[in-house]
Amino acid sequence: MKIKPDEMLKINTKPPKAHWMDVPPDFSEGKYLYPAKPKTLEYLHLPNPRDWSPADEDWKLPENWQKIIHDGFKERLDKYRSLKVFMDICVRCGACADKCHFYIGGGDPKNMPVLRAELLRSIYRNDFTIFGKLFGRLAGARKLTPQVIKEWFSYLYQCTECRRCSVFCPYGIDTAEITMMGRELLNLIGVNINWIKDPVSNCSRTGNHLGIQPQNFKEIIEFFCDDIEEITGVKINPSFNRKGAEVLFVTPSGDAFADPGTYTFMGYLMLFEHIGLDYTLSTYASEGGNFGLFTSSDMMKKLNAKMYHEAKRLGVKHIIGGECGHMWRVINQYMDTMNGPADFLEVPKSPITGTVFNSAASTKMIHIAEFTADLIRNNKLKLDPSRNDHLRVTWHDSCNTARAMGLLDEPRYVLNAVCNNVFEMPPSTTREYTFCCGSGSGTNTEEIMEQRLRGGLPRANAVKYVHDKYDVNMLGCVCAIDRAVLPPLMDYWVPGVAVTGLHELVGNALVMDGEIERTLNLRMEDLPGAEGDTDE
Amino acid sequence: MNIEKLLAAKRSEAVKLWFEHVIRTYPADSSRFLLNVKDQFSNPVGATTIKCLEDVFDAMMAGKTRDELIPLLDPAIRIRAVQEFSPSSSVAFVLHLKTLVRDLLEKEITSGVIDRNGLEQFDRAVDGLCLIAFDIYMGCREQIFKFRAEHVKSRTLKLLEKADILCEVPDVGTEIIPHNVYKNGGFESQ
Repeated sequence: MKIKPDEMLKINTKPPKAHWMDVPPDFSEGKYLYPAKPKTLEYLHLPNPRDWSPADEDWKLPENWQKIIHDGFKERLDKYRSLKVFMDICVRCGACADKCHFYIGGGDPKNMPVLRAELLRSIYRNDFTIFGKLFGRLAGARKLTPQVIKEWFSYLYQCTECRRCSVFCPYGIDTAEITMMGRELLNLIGVNINWIKDPVSNCSRTGNHLGIQPQNFKEIIEFFCDDIEEITGVKINPSFNRKGAEVLFVTPSGDAFADPGTYTFMGYLMLFEHIGLDYTLSTYASEGGNFGLFTSSDMMKKLNAKMYHEAKRLGVKHIIGGECGHMWRVINQYMDTMNGPADFLEVPKSPITGTVFNSAASTKMIHIAEFTADLIRNNKLKLDPSRNDHLRVTWHDSCNTARAMGLLDEPRYVLNAVCNNVFEMPPSTTREYTFCCGSGSGTNTEEIMEQRLRGGLPRANAVKYVHDKYDVNMLGCVCAIDRAVLPPLMDYWVPGVAVTGLHELVGNALVMDGEIERTLNLRMEDLPGAEGDTDE
Repeated sequence: MNIEKLLAAKRSEAVKLWFEHVIRTYPADSSRFLLNVKDQFSNPVGATTIKCLEDVFDAMMAGKTRDELIPLLDPAIRIRAVQEFSPSSSVAFVLHLKTLVRDLLEKEITSGVIDRNGLEQFDRAVDGLCLIAFDIYMGCREQIFKFRAEHVKSRTLKLLEKADILCEVPDVGTEIIPHNVYKNGGFESQ
């Protein structure tokens, strides 16, 4: 198309007022996630493995794909009463409409949670309600066409299942579960993404999302121990796969693999050494995260079971879980009905303080922030928070720990014990109302960087506020995906703010028995004011 | 009388119209939200954009320099650079200032209070602002490309480490070294 120079400035700023059902999704490069590789699907015994791209016109769906989706929908409506209720009771009041970070940051109406759910509800009405069958589009129903599948794929992966919208729903509709069901249905016809399926496949094979093999996992941890020895003078020798240990410790493999999660892992190791915890790490259950959650309930169950199998095999009393987000949604909301109760384990009891964690009476698994908060409350840790004095920290409540398990005060209790400069972001952006990092639920991949950055804008915007007002330079969190995705988000929106896990801060403040005078933090940076600091 | 002075007297109307113009570039179903929700944390796009337009408008009327304009214009462009706009639509709203001045000061232009020279000078300033917007936009995009490139780079590095074909070379730093040539051989005794 030839455009004359004077025509270039004639940009039509009037948006088309088309009905949402008539607006097709955009699959130009950068606006879709890469599909799962056939090899990966074959390994997982998932249907319709093939080479395809969302940019293609033909998605190579199975011949009877409409029947598969219809039957799958029916099966799930029968199986999950919640889904049936969620499909029926929405009155489209709009309370959720402007609560989604993708909608707030991007302005695409189909990212209003109500409309995103409508993508599925329109098919539900058509296939399963009399009104929908009789009145079609007038009743908000539509036929299942390839276009609908494409729309589902586009928008169900523009939902991070963070559940902020559900906090505002007067009926308690959990839009994340609608997304989960939609993704399950898409999986039935082989429409899924590589960034989720590869980790699931890896986890099935090696025990962690990243495919780290047992010997490598052990080497990585030993490498951390070398660094800890250099920093503190204390040599740590953690045990692996040790039968008869009291506690099995499981954390996301991201902590072993990617900075700044690695420093958080060092913090765990130092804490456990300091209190003399009888624990072991497993090279098989070496993943706390569960990308099965983003695939199907069966896959989630399978990956979750692995941790419990390992706990049983090793004969531990209970499990402590590291700083992870969605792992805790699985544990807290689904584990018990999927794989529980874990009767072969004991109700977690801190061997150091004697505190019994009845909140985990059935799952037998506690979050390390609860465990550490209890240690601090019982004065079991010697801490020097002044080592973190160069940091001005704000706290990001990770969606899943905050909204799915109510872990709001424990991390703050720990944070305030190990840092002297803590500043809260505005209340409408924290605790239950926290904003997602924009990259959760298996969408933390670089091909959709713009989507991630605009989805993370509401979070970053609140960080910017405390950065400008209080000179905040560190963002703390208890989620491995947060730790991986918040650094670029901060670089883009709020340069000058770094990202840390809670136990990195604990590790820095912890005064260990027999340690040398600390001159370095866990990142091997000079501690301000310490001997050897060349900046002073 | 110069345009800046006349326009400054109509600041609130000008910024309001400019803001409405920007919001009209979003889908119709979202413009009400972006336009009307005032809380800066509930509606960062709307709140940041209007603040940015106010600041840039004031700076333009005060004849501020390029270096002073960059940080003021950055927030709105930074947002548009990650939204689903084409490069031209990301920055084109700046040019709307030319239309605004013609609409708001129509009387003064026809009556000759503002002469052709003054109008041309103002247009040139707006063109300059648009070029600044373009620089900011490209800076944002380059930053995003860098994120992508770094992600791939670090993933490759980790894979090489995992495959045990990468080792630390003393005094040089980490280099990619063929496993069978140097690992534990060339630099350290076994």
